[in-house]
Amino acid sequence: MTAPRAIWQGIEPVARQRVYFANHSSNGDFVLLWTVLPPPLRRQTRPVAALDYWLKSPLRAFIGRDVFNAVLIDRRPEARTTDPVAQMVEALDQGSSLILFPEGQRNSSDAVLLPFKSGLYHLAKARPEVDLVPVWIANLNKVMPKGEIIPVPLICTLTFGAALHLSPEEAKDAFLARASSALLALGQLQR
Amino acid sequence: MTSPHLLWLLAGVAGILILASIVGEILRQRLSPGGGNPVIENLNARITAWWVMVILLAIAFLAGKTGVVLLFALCSFAALREFLTLTTHNRADHWSLVACFFVVLPLQYYFVLIDWYGMYAVFVPVYVFLLLPVLSALRGSTQDFLVRVSETQWALMICVYCVSHVPALLYLQIPGFEGRNVILIAYLIFVVQLSDVMQYVWGKLLGRTRIAPTLSPSKTWEGFIGGALTATLIGTSLWWMTPFTMAQAAAMCLILTLMGFFGGLVMSAIKRDRGVKDWGHLIAGHGGFIDRLDSVIFAAPIFFHVTRYFWSLT
Repeated sequence: MTAPRAIWQGIEPVARQRVYFANHSSNGDFVLLWTVLPPPLRRQTRPVAALDYWLKSPLRAFIGRDVFNAVLIDRRPEARTTDPVAQMVEALDQGSSLILFPEGQRNSSDAVLLPFKSGLYHLAKARPEVDLVPVWIANLNKVMPKGEIIPVPLICTLTFGAALHLSPEEAKDAFLARASSALLALGQLQR
Repeated sequence: MTSPHLLWLLAGVAGILILASIVGEILRQRLSPGGGNPVIENLNARITAWWVMVILLAIAFLAGKTGVVLLFALCSFAALREFLTLTTHNRADHWSLVACFFVVLPLQYYFVLIDWYGMYAVFVPVYVFLLLPVLSALRGSTQDFLVRVSETQWALMICVYCVSHVPALLYLQIPGFEGRNVILIAYLIFVVQLSDVMQYVWGKLLGRTRIAPTLSPSKTWEGFIGGALTATLIGTSLWWMTPFTMAQAAAMCLILTLMGFFGGLVMSAIKRDRGVKDWGHLIAGHGGFIDRLDSVIFAAPIFFHVTRYFWSLT
């Protein structure tokens, strides 16, 4: 109904191991990203999602864990038993690609993009050979803003940009800023 | 709803398309064997899409009034989605957008279906115009308010109100023309689209002088005049299947081609303003739904009202 459309701008949809990182405005984000991937890629791609959200009810747990095979991460540092980065690295080592939302939470503010959490950097440091692909998701926040129930059937586009890699000497903040501006640039292109 | 005239028209269109397909295939083999020539590839994609559109239209014609109303309701939906994707709105407009898709659009087509002229003629321009902004105002966001509500209203007028005048043609009561109203729709679409295609052809052949370079690089005076005249000529020669005399048909065709041209011009201006090349990506080779419908959208209400005023009993 939202008629998602993929624009492969900086990269082709080929079977390489990748971390797709995108702006996060709705719970439908990863479903949409997953849908526009070609089926062979889709099967190897797992979303990284919040454990506290996706295990809240049996239905959510079924969707998140069993349907999408999400890598579930505990966002509460005090309660978690496993390191999120280790979880993600483990999934990469099993051959999966990942969908990651480095903003860490849904963006319902007026800002175009929230500051990135450091997970993307740690992941890039642990597995520097993996492609980091920015994906700008346009319009989905308008289709179903946070807190609304009925979606508006607007057209969403997902723009895939050129892959990023961590340079050997690059510091955390510089890298996160670079990744963030690469994503923003894709968004600017849309408008 | 089938009449021999409709079958003739459909057969004629099928003939044109078969010819176009053959020419397209020959061009492909001569000039673009590996699919390397974008103009030829685009032409062939357009021809294929034309086949799909004509087949859908034919099925709707055979399915009767409800089928036609439903088909154009779906067209409206696709067009509205493209339009509202490009308009300005913020979170306070969520409910009015929901209402556009799920209340206004179905109601307008319901009023057409039950032939309530007094209602479908004023519903969008009066009731929706006044009441819809209330939904947005209640949410209390004043930023760009006039811009937001006007753009939403424009989307509804263009994509719902104007398009719904195509199936409304089925309900005109023209003495001596009973049971053949579907010809009016086929005639409208045929003349307008033929004019579009011929403008494209003439423009490619001898287009020199651009009409509005800032709006569209492909619209030229040579193309426009050649296309409008060709379509008017062919449309006039089909007068015998319409309720019009030959001279009236010629005048009608001129109005249709002119309105169709204006439609294309205005819709390009909107696209330019929003910095997009096409309204969408639904139809291969044609861009979005509105890209193909823009001329019909502008011609339909005028054609409906002129026909209704001079020929209809209701």
